[in-house]
Amino acid sequence: MQVNENFEPVIVAFCCNWCSYAGADLSGTNRLNYPTNVKIIRVPCSCRVNPMFILRAFQKGADGVIICGCHPGDCHYTSGNYFTRRRITLLYSMLDFLGIERNRTRLEWVSAAEGAKFAATMEQFTADVKALGPNRRLEDLRCRKQ
Amino acid sequence: MQEAMIKRAKELLADGSVDRVIGWKRGEFAYDITPAVFTSAEELEHDFVFDDFTAANVSKYLVKETAKEGKILAFLKPCDTYSFNQLIKEHRIDREKVYVVGIPGGPKLDIEKIKAKGITGVLSVKNEDYTLKIETLYGEETMPFSEAVLDKCASCKSKKHVAYDELIGEDGDVLESNRFDMVEKLENMTAQERFDFWRGQLSKCIRCNACRNVCPACTCENCVFDNPKSGIDNKAAADSFEENMFHIIRAFHVAGRCTDCGECSRVCPQHIPLHLLNRKFIKDINELYGEYQAGADTTSRAPLTDYTKDDCEPSVVHERGVE
Repeated sequence: MQVNENFEPVIVAFCCNWCSYAGADLSGTNRLNYPTNVKIIRVPCSCRVNPMFILRAFQKGADGVIICGCHPGDCHYTSGNYFTRRRITLLYSMLDFLGIERNRTRLEWVSAAEGAKFAATMEQFTADVKALGPNRRLEDLRCRKQ
Repeated sequence: MQEAMIKRAKELLADGSVDRVIGWKRGEFAYDITPAVFTSAEELEHDFVFDDFTAANVSKYLVKETAKEGKILAFLKPCDTYSFNQLIKEHRIDREKVYVVGIPGGPKLDIEKIKAKGITGVLSVKNEDYTLKIETLYGEETMPFSEAVLDKCASCKSKKHVAYDELIGEDGDVLESNRFDMVEKLENMTAQERFDFWRGQLSKCIRCNACRNVCPACTCENCVFDNPKSGIDNKAAADSFEENMFHIIRAFHVAGRCTDCGECSRVCPQHIPLHLLNRKFIKDINELYGEYQAGADTTSRAPLTDYTKDDCEPSVVHERGVE
């Protein structure tokens, strides 16, 4: 696949308030680098992420969407991320079924102590999406940036 | 069968055990069979129809009907009883207010398949020994019954009634169906091929919302597609994205609750195979979280409102081999 070196993807990261958002904070405090392509949206729980949020992100120009939540068993609300896991698995599977590239979507468990993991995950995910190129299959032409 | 049903309905109306009957009557054309409520023996005698085109699932109507005074008699085919059970489970139907008479299911006929053979001006269709004798404006035509069967009946999952108060005719069994064949075929395509397939199908969508309106699982009082703030409310899709979005969300909202009755595809005026999206969810749920048939009972927990501690991670999707 041809990689356009100048292409900078827009990555939307939905981060749970209790773990992953704090994890992102920690990676900042630790002076770890992660790509500026990542735009973090804080949600109270990964379970708050409605499938529509993900689709909407793609509509408004995201090239990749990643959801970060507490590790299974560590949810602040006891069981939120277990529901996330089922829901998001089915949604990603459906996007795959409709022919949307798999690597545009991801779910990762990042705890508040895993600043390094957060930075590494974002690094990796941004590289994967960059290799895929701009999101064309699930974009809204009216929202395309010139 | 039609006579037996009318007879039984009249008896139940006469002895006061039910106040209304929900069944079907003829629409504009002989093959246009539409759900209808009957309140008297005369109406039943005159309008009640049950024939090879009676495919409509009446269980969703019971949500509104059981909110009214009095008891209603509902004729349910096996596939309809699954939807009925699912609605009971979601507390949408008052079971006490329905008297369910189980009737034999399909296979039912699809007028579009008859028209596709170039047979137009259809006046009436008779089934004689699995050969259709079709009377048209231009003379009589024949075609084999099997070639005009509805897609949803061709991949029937069950002939068993899962809810009834009495039966007319015999009860059947859960069948070994080939309903996931097409989903599997699509799964084995490349991502580009799948994308092209769905782009072609979904771009036909005119956003008439028939699939949502007919769906027995779509019973929310306030639907997301009616919310003007959702950005995907009632309007024609202006962009390919909106077509995708509508269909993903529609299927996702019934994931784990869809009984696979196939009504969405049956009513689609554009012939989009919408049931494939629902079946994909059903197939995934069966494979990842254990076999589950929505509506088979009224007590089990739906897969998306349940979890186990060792569920698979979404990365199973990414590990499915080459795209």
